Amino acid sequence: MATDKHNLIVYCEFEDGKVADVSLELLTKGRQLADRLGIRLEAVVAGDDLKDVEKQILPYGVDTVYKFEDKRLYPYTSLPHSSILINLFKEKEPRIAFMGATSIGRDLGPRVSSALHSGLTADCTQLEIGDHKDARTGEEYKDLLLQIRPAFGGNIVATIVNPECRPQMATVREGVMKKEVRDSNYVGEVVNLNPSDYTSPEDYVIEVIDRNVEKSKVNLKGSPIVVCGGYGMGSKENFGLLHELADVLGGEVGASRAAVDAGWADHDRQIGQTGVTVRPKLYIACGVSGQIQHIAGMQESSIIISINNDPDAPINTIADYVITGNVEDVVPKLIKYYKKNTK
Amino acid sequence: MSLNIIVLAKQVPDTRNVGKDAMKEDGTINRAVLPAIFNPEDLNALEQALKLKEMYPGTKVTLLTMGPARAAEIIREGMYRGADGGIVLSDRAFAGSDTLATSYALSAAVRKIGEYDLIIGGRQAIDGDTAQVGPQIAEKLGLPQVTYAEEIQEIIDGKVVIKRRIESGVETVKAPLPLVVTVNGSADACRPRNARNLQKFKYACVPSEAAGDAKKEEMLAKRPYLQIGEWSAQAVEADLSQCGLSGSPTKVKQIENVVFTAKDARRVENNDEEIETLIKELIANHTIG
Repeated sequence: MATDKHNLIVYCEFEDGKVADVSLELLTKGRQLADRLGIRLEAVVAGDDLKDVEKQILPYGVDTVYKFEDKRLYPYTSLPHSSILINLFKEKEPRIAFMGATSIGRDLGPRVSSALHSGLTADCTQLEIGDHKDARTGEEYKDLLLQIRPAFGGNIVATIVNPECRPQMATVREGVMKKEVRDSNYVGEVVNLNPSDYTSPEDYVIEVIDRNVEKSKVNLKGSPIVVCGGYGMGSKENFGLLHELADVLGGEVGASRAAVDAGWADHDRQIGQTGVTVRPKLYIACGVSGQIQHIAGMQESSIIISINNDPDAPINTIADYVITGNVEDVVPKLIKYYKKNTK
Repeated sequence: MSLNIIVLAKQVPDTRNVGKDAMKEDGTINRAVLPAIFNPEDLNALEQALKLKEMYPGTKVTLLTMGPARAAEIIREGMYRGADGGIVLSDRAFAGSDTLATSYALSAAVRKIGEYDLIIGGRQAIDGDTAQVGPQIAEKLGLPQVTYAEEIQEIIDGKVVIKRRIESGVETVKAPLPLVVTVNGSADACRPRNARNLQKFKYACVPSEAAGDAKKEEMLAKRPYLQIGEWSAQAVEADLSQCGLSGSPTKVKQIENVVFTAKDARRVENNDEEIETLIKELIANHTIG
């Protein structure tokens, strides 16, 4: 029997009159899991000017939206938003809580988990419900949240559980889960709560004095063709070749973490568990070895071409086409024959 | 004005350069072959602290790390680059800590240090990528936090002005002291070792590294600035039920090696005919074109 306690709560980010995609993706996943567990899906949103925000949230199958409206709650700062979640969670004792693995969710989540002494797993790539038996105590737990994420630089995949503490908290990056409206007329309740009851005046000590947020110019997530460069590209200059190929094909350039760390591409081009997840029609991996943390972010691409010097590069095992050779040598041929055959 | 700054650092396996020999036959990680390094973003954090030390003479920079005695390596590395000293928090009781138990132990050590205006750490460590320990320490100490910092600019009337690098932009905030700051990899790189510091601190070590070596022990006694602190759980008055595995709400249920469902990949030779055939195919099935 569903009650107003022990449910699944998603913290929704709200900016420029829009609920963030990552929050809607989490609501979609949250709805599936709440159905599985027979509990309610709830959302919490805090900010300024939240009029009608529920219209964006309820269609994802949300049973209750908790709204906290106050000028001081926008732009986001850590303390008041943490206090709201900490105190709301004490009241509602949610079983599960999700937030985006964004600069907000990754600032907020750990603070809340510390205050409630509840476990938090960052950057999950899969969330499921399942049972768990503690190997040491032999104790069995039913219907836990299985939090699955690559670990150790992406070389292994770990399943994490929080057997005892509640809520079971997880963050997920944008694009990892799919967003899907449950019912555009879904009926849920809206609960307006007073921020002053949940925060203290001392929470408002950090002042945002300047803010310059631009929408990223790189649209990796929406691009049907992605040309991705890895550490095997060898230099920033060689990335120029990838831009040329992407321009010709009408795609976007992405990069592996190693290439980003090497300074050959900007952070907003990073594909993988700690970057963007993409599902393009065509993915061309150039000099990408294919660590799991990278593969987690591109394995659902329809067609994968791997160009690599190393015939045994791990990425070749999930590729549809493998070209063994130097990127500098192969990419110009791709450009040449594409131009020749599309004239 | 001078500041007391604690820099949080972690010695991590270099997961960015995992070669084929890094996995053992049984699928577990062969940590022995991975070099142990100063976590990259913690070096960015150290640089921010050292800049403040230049701006505000008299500022003291203390490194704090949790790990085995061997982690004294990164304290020395930090001292070569300009830190005044450091502490290794080391105890079997901390083994198996998740982020929450780690933040508990580190916050106990920060309390023992006692005097601090700023606690600065890297945004996240490359072996876990969680970015949780900084905010969790802030919460445990009851301090505000500024994460994703790119530049600690100045201190005006007891407040720090910090530029943050968030998703797709930049934000500047003003926060009161004391404060926890976590620094992004996009911040300035850390300065290199300084030759004078290298000479001065070459023999700096924790007591357990010197144990049994009469010469080293004598040197540590004579030159206290070479002593790197080595604190146990007891030394920081940690409640053991909050440490290590028992203090960790998250448990690892399962670890899997990554096995990909191998596709039947088609090998395309790197020659003109085969590449043109591939392109024609992709055009024909509307993947491109």
